Amino acid sequence: MQFLSSLLFAIIFFSASFFFANNCKKIYRNINLGGSLDRFGNKKERFLKMSRLAFGQSKMLDKPIVGLLHLIVYVAFILINIELLEIVLDGFTGKHRVLAPFLGAFYNFLIGFFEVLALLVIISVLIFWIRRNILKIKRFVSKDLTGWPKNDADYILFIELLLMMLFLNMNATDSILQNASYSDLYQSYGYFPVSQFLIPIYDGFSLETIYIIERTSWWMHILGILFFLNYLYYSKHLHILLAFPNTYFSNLDKKGKSNNLKSVYHEIKLMIDPSYKIPNDELQNDTKFGASDIFDLNWFQLLSAYTCTECGRCSNDCPATQTGKLLSPRKIMMKTRDRIEDVSRNVDKNKIFVSDGKTLLNDYISKEEIWACTTCNACVESCPIGIDPLSIILDMRRYMVMEESTASNEIHTMMSNIENNGAPWPFNKFDRINWRN
Amino acid sequence: MNVKTFKEYKELGISPDILFWVGCAGSYDDRAKKITKSLINLFNKSGISFGVLGVEESCSGDPAKRAGNEFLFQMQALSNIEVLNSYQVKKIVTACPHCFNTIKNEYPELGGIYEVVHHSQLIDQLINDGKLKIKDDQFNGKKITFHDPCYLGRANGEYYAPRKVIKALRADLKEMKSCKEKAMCCGAGGAQMFKDSEKGNKEINIKRTEEAIETKSNIIAAACPFCNTMLTDGIKSHENHKEVQVKDISELIDKVTD
Ligand code: SF4
Ligand code: SF4
Repeated sequence: MQFLSSLLFAIIFFSASFFFANNCKKIYRNINLGGSLDRFGNKKERFLKMSRLAFGQSKMLDKPIVGLLHLIVYVAFILINIELLEIVLDGFTGKHRVLAPFLGAFYNFLIGFFEVLALLVIISVLIFWIRRNILKIKRFVSKDLTGWPKNDADYILFIELLLMMLFLNMNATDSILQNASYSDLYQSYGYFPVSQFLIPIYDGFSLETIYIIERTSWWMHILGILFFLNYLYYSKHLHILLAFPNTYFSNLDKKGKSNNLKSVYHEIKLMIDPSYKIPNDELQNDTKFGASDIFDLNWFQLLSAYTCTECGRCSNDCPATQTGKLLSPRKIMMKTRDRIEDVSRNVDKNKIFVSDGKTLLNDYISKEEIWACTTCNACVESCPIGIDPLSIILDMRRYMVMEESTASNEIHTMMSNIENNGAPWPFNKFDRINWRN
Repeated sequence: MNVKTFKEYKELGISPDILFWVGCAGSYDDRAKKITKSLINLFNKSGISFGVLGVEESCSGDPAKRAGNEFLFQMQALSNIEVLNSYQVKKIVTACPHCFNTIKNEYPELGGIYEVVHHSQLIDQLINDGKLKIKDDQFNGKKITFHDPCYLGRANGEYYAPRKVIKALRADLKEMKSCKEKAMCCGAGGAQMFKDSEKGNKEINIKRTEEAIETKSNIIAAACPFCNTMLTDGIKSHENHKEVQVKDISELIDKVTD
């Protein structure tokens, strides 16, 4: 019996880990569908930025109350996972609370501490749920979040709530069994400051029933965690892992600085001087200017699409979104991810990407959205995890202007004025200093 | 106007310390030309050595770049850099945050390496150094609100120089409900100035002007010619607030110094 349960545990644990590893590989493969970008230097500065934004959650604390609640859930999530280590060991060995004898009094402290954390998580998650579903905070009821994204957010809160309740229930029933010396396994280990209040629920239950409830909670808890791990791939909750690389590789330059396209530079140099030599490592066969699909974006932009938490801070601060335009920077990130996932399924099926007649621009993100941006950087500023939706918008404009010439007449007029008169308006360039007279 | 071009100075064998990059708006737009003149007044009052490029100046390329025309941008940048380097320009000041941002951040990779400052930074410094002395108290206690230009604030992290300038007027600085890092855009950036806006339920400049009006200020201080236009238009469309003035910080300082 004991052997069977350990075997079952091992099978489930390894399959879950296998699926998880597989999903990680897929994410890595998909991110590399994007083009190159050098974000590997300045290691120290990058590390500090990651520490500040991802570990320290500094931007989250711009909104102190939600920031604090989020910090609680996050810290609790990490710390409670220490307990997971023991649960896994118990699962394999068929023992119970295998670490307790080694840790002694410290073990009691840890279990007590985890219980308090679990309670705090339950409270935070309930507040989060109320904010989304009862108070209907503006950024959560946006039209960006219909269908899956809305459900995703609620499912996660539900899973977190359930996991914490199972954890507490497991401890409560465990302590009853311990007090009754139910079997050798239930030695007096742990300190249960929160779950002891659940004990009265089980008044009048037979020890056998309580044993079954304890085992069920234990199994459901670990199954829930393994499920959650594999759910991440489909969820905005991927940010709990990817926020770290995303902040690490995020832009360290001034926000106002947009990249100068090297390919354009070489082309202009060649125009001026036909003997100009393009450096070997920058030679490209088919240069495409700007981006019409995910393959033209860089790997960091794709990583960011996977990392986006769909929190809507960016769109909340976007002047275009605020004035009812179609553009919403959050949607830019979500649609980019949708496209990556569609391409990913395509690659899974066909081994390589087989054109499906669609592109990120037009089929997922409309031109109207792209042209509504004022390049104000409000979205970049407000993102708590270093995402830059503006860079994707600009790359798409580049494609529309330099590859397709599909900008509006007004934009074309502005550009030809600059070309001919050195100013965006139709004035004579020799009148440029007439203001002096 | 007491101002010479670098070319004229060169003929006199003089090379000025600072280049005043006037920008397209400052050169051609009637409202922005007034800002150009105020700034030149301030330079003359403080006795610094400066010149302009005049007809040798051309669009910095910012609107082209933000519209996605990297070709046109780099063409503009490279030819401007050629002119600037031919005069061995070391330091540039400009009243346009868009030119400021592009020349400061995007020109260096293309061969244009200069110390670039925004006029709010230079004015702040001139006041600190005692080169500009505030002699008049007409703004004493007056309510003034400041609109952060995106390309000075978020884009380059400069929130304080213009505020210090306003405080030097001894004015009562009233912040809008969104300001500094969180300041709302006026709606002109990213080449929006040159096109109609997309369909929505409000114009961005109207919304921003409402935030400014909520502060009950007499003056909206701007530090960008495009913001200035957008906010002026915004005020015009608010029937009851026509008395609110939109002024560049250089114009305010010009009024109280001599
Ligand atoms: S940069 Fe564009 S998308 Fe981002 S907040 Fe500003 S207008 Fe919105
Ligand atoms: S881009 Fe950043 S701010 Fe915007 S929804 Fe995603 S995580 Fe939130």
